Amino acid sequence: MLRYSLKRALSLLISLAVASLVIFAVIEIAPGDPASFMLGVNAQPDTLAALRTELGLDQSKAERYVSWITGMLRGDFGTSYTYRTPVSQMIADRMWVSLPLALYALALSTAIAFPAGIYAASRRGKVGDLTVMSATQLGVAIPNFWFAMMLVLVFAINLRWFNAGGFSGWDKGLVAGLHSLTLPAIALALPQAAILARVMRSALLDILGEDFMRTARAKGLSRRQALWRHGLRNALIPVLTIIGLQFSFLLAGSIIIEQVFYLPGLGRLVFQSISSRDLIVVESVVMLLVFAVITVNFLVDLAYAAVDPRLRSRT
Amino acid sequence: MKRIVNRGLVSGLALSAALFAGAAWAKDDITIAMQLEPPHLDPTSAAAQAIDSVVYVNIFEGLTRFMGDGSIVPALAESWEISDDGTVYTFKLHEGVTFHDGSAMDAEDVKFSLDRARAEDSANAQKALFAGIDSVDVVDPLTVKVTLKEPNGNFLFNMAWGDAVIVAPESIENIKTAPVGTGPYTLGEWVQGDKIVLNRNPGYWGAEPALEQATFKFISDPTAAFAAMMAEDVDVFTGFPAPENLPQFEADPRFQVLVGSTEGETILSTNNKQPPFDNIKVRQAMAHAIDRQAIIDGAMFGYGTPIGTHFAPHNPAYVDLTGNSAYDPDKAKALLAEAGFPDGFETTLHLPPPSYARRGGEIIAAQLAAVGIKAEITNVEWAQWLETVFKGKNFGLTIVSHTEPMDIGIYARPDYYFQYDNPAFQELMTTLNSTTDPDKRTELMQQAQRMISDDYVNGYLFQLAALSVAKAGVQGLWANAPTAATDLSAISWSE
Repeated sequence: MLRYSLKRALSLLISLAVASLVIFAVIEIAPGDPASFMLGVNAQPDTLAALRTELGLDQSKAERYVSWITGMLRGDFGTSYTYRTPVSQMIADRMWVSLPLALYALALSTAIAFPAGIYAASRRGKVGDLTVMSATQLGVAIPNFWFAMMLVLVFAINLRWFNAGGFSGWDKGLVAGLHSLTLPAIALALPQAAILARVMRSALLDILGEDFMRTARAKGLSRRQALWRHGLRNALIPVLTIIGLQFSFLLAGSIIIEQVFYLPGLGRLVFQSISSRDLIVVESVVMLLVFAVITVNFLVDLAYAAVDPRLRSRT
Repeated sequence: MKRIVNRGLVSGLALSAALFAGAAWAKDDITIAMQLEPPHLDPTSAAAQAIDSVVYVNIFEGLTRFMGDGSIVPALAESWEISDDGTVYTFKLHEGVTFHDGSAMDAEDVKFSLDRARAEDSANAQKALFAGIDSVDVVDPLTVKVTLKEPNGNFLFNMAWGDAVIVAPESIENIKTAPVGTGPYTLGEWVQGDKIVLNRNPGYWGAEPALEQATFKFISDPTAAFAAMMAEDVDVFTGFPAPENLPQFEADPRFQVLVGSTEGETILSTNNKQPPFDNIKVRQAMAHAIDRQAIIDGAMFGYGTPIGTHFAPHNPAYVDLTGNSAYDPDKAKALLAEAGFPDGFETTLHLPPPSYARRGGEIIAAQLAAVGIKAEITNVEWAQWLETVFKGKNFGLTIVSHTEPMDIGIYARPDYYFQYDNPAFQELMTTLNSTTDPDKRTELMQQAQRMISDDYVNGYLFQLAALSVAKAGVQGLWANAPTAATDLSAISWSE
């Protein structure tokens, strides 16, 4: 187990190093200068030069890469060009929206997908299965931003149960906070739930055909008992993979949903920073997201090993 | 969000109960939404209009200020005297004005602010406003004397800009996040990415405004803007981004729609140094190929005033020159043939993000194609536009709204991105700048408008409309936008 974990950890570090180079290179070659963006069309050349020096943009790209990386290793993400506040502070603030939103959506998606998937698998080929599967088909096909707009139309504009967007802030209480994240979480969760339910169903169906399931039935367990005691645990591996991927997606990919619900989250920060060429913020947030995705995958790898003891020795 | 979740359910409920109770009293707070969030709150070191939309005449004030109708009136300067030769302005400051930190605002602060803006290492985005100042002298604590290098008929107008507000020397270090001004509102809270809250300043020197608190929210997505207004999450949306939805608000008794004018001349900017646009016949042909009304209807859903030159139609000195470039495709084709392009030519059209450009660009490309000019559309972000078009001058055509007030002077800068180089126009601008007699100024400005119209420097399309949606009970909002501002002191609730 230790050897396996160490190997995974090493590949995590290599991935991070490569990612940092790629991110820096890709973002730096995008045309556009943060200083001219800030000063606009009437800026005079000497004003621009003064600002570029102040922001450290007159240094070479290599120098800036090194100071970015070494800063990050010390936990210093630098200072935003446009906002002039520490990037780590900005990320921490936005995290308080994006992370709870991702977890909320993930909880919703699992809460819907597990029962739906198990139900469909146990009713294979019957009406219940067909109904659930058609519903998931629809869920996969519907774009989440469109679904988000429909939610707003019905629950915010017509029924007035929720605000059309915005975040109340956690200082207004947990309930108010969760309330303002509910519509975005549903919009994010439903398509994910549809995918997860389908994966859950097919994983269970694969397991049901396995020899050990027949043995379990032969020992006298009912179909349902065999499914709960032996099937579910074994079907969890593909499901865990998908959950890991989905969490990364929910954390990094909620840019559009954060725009539609004007939430002050990480996605919106990236969006704003890209258009104002606040390169240092974009680089740091993207790096952090990459770090989160790679770490989640690392944890999923470890979770595999916990679920399936064979993996520990195999690698 | 700055504070960590440490209060439980109970305090949350108590708070919402308190909010419900508060709603029963007369409303003295307001939530105003706009598309863009200010990057920071210092109007003297950035071009972002979003900064002025929040802080101008709310947190910061200048010697003079804009009113909603575009007029310039005294602000921190109570009165002024201008020397006979027009070079010395002696400002008498209001007595008893204090900054939000309690310190007195006096002539030293005015001198500091103006000197800071025109200093060598100044980061002021409109440094040109201060270029004519020779010296700023403190006469006594309430009198300041500004000496100009030469007479400048625009000086009082320049001093009204958000870039010329008076700042407190001791606040400069943190001005971007903790602005200290003299205005009727102070900064309450800024949750970045979400909202800015301003509170009434109890120590304000002028009349007390009606609203106790104002919250600015930032909603960039047009669909979200519509939803936020419809769900009544916000009371006002200034610069409403979805003109196609306005009829729906107009028909709804809960809302009012304000349609005014801005200082934004929306033009088809043309690279005057790039062939074939260096040929005036080609530029004239393009001008006649464009149907302005079709663009206003198609891209702006009818909101916008056609213009025939680079000047705001609501300005008394405006001359309607749209007839000079009336829609006439046949004439356009004939002119192209005369210029040596009977089969037209190919060029590029760079479109920045606003819908006037993206939607308008599609229509213009189709209109140009009808006379044989094939414009290849490239969509760009603002940062890209500044780099390639504005700085690199690597473009054929582009669509942009020039929102700075009274900016016809850009045509006197041969290195400006559309590269119009006409010594006669440059001389005209020099004369205008040193002229203070109003009648003479009007005449010169009209001459300037005609000159660029006759030279077909750019395609003049329309004046951008100022579109706002508000709840029916809100009064005192500026319909026009002579400068980027949300004058909170003027706003109140009826009932």
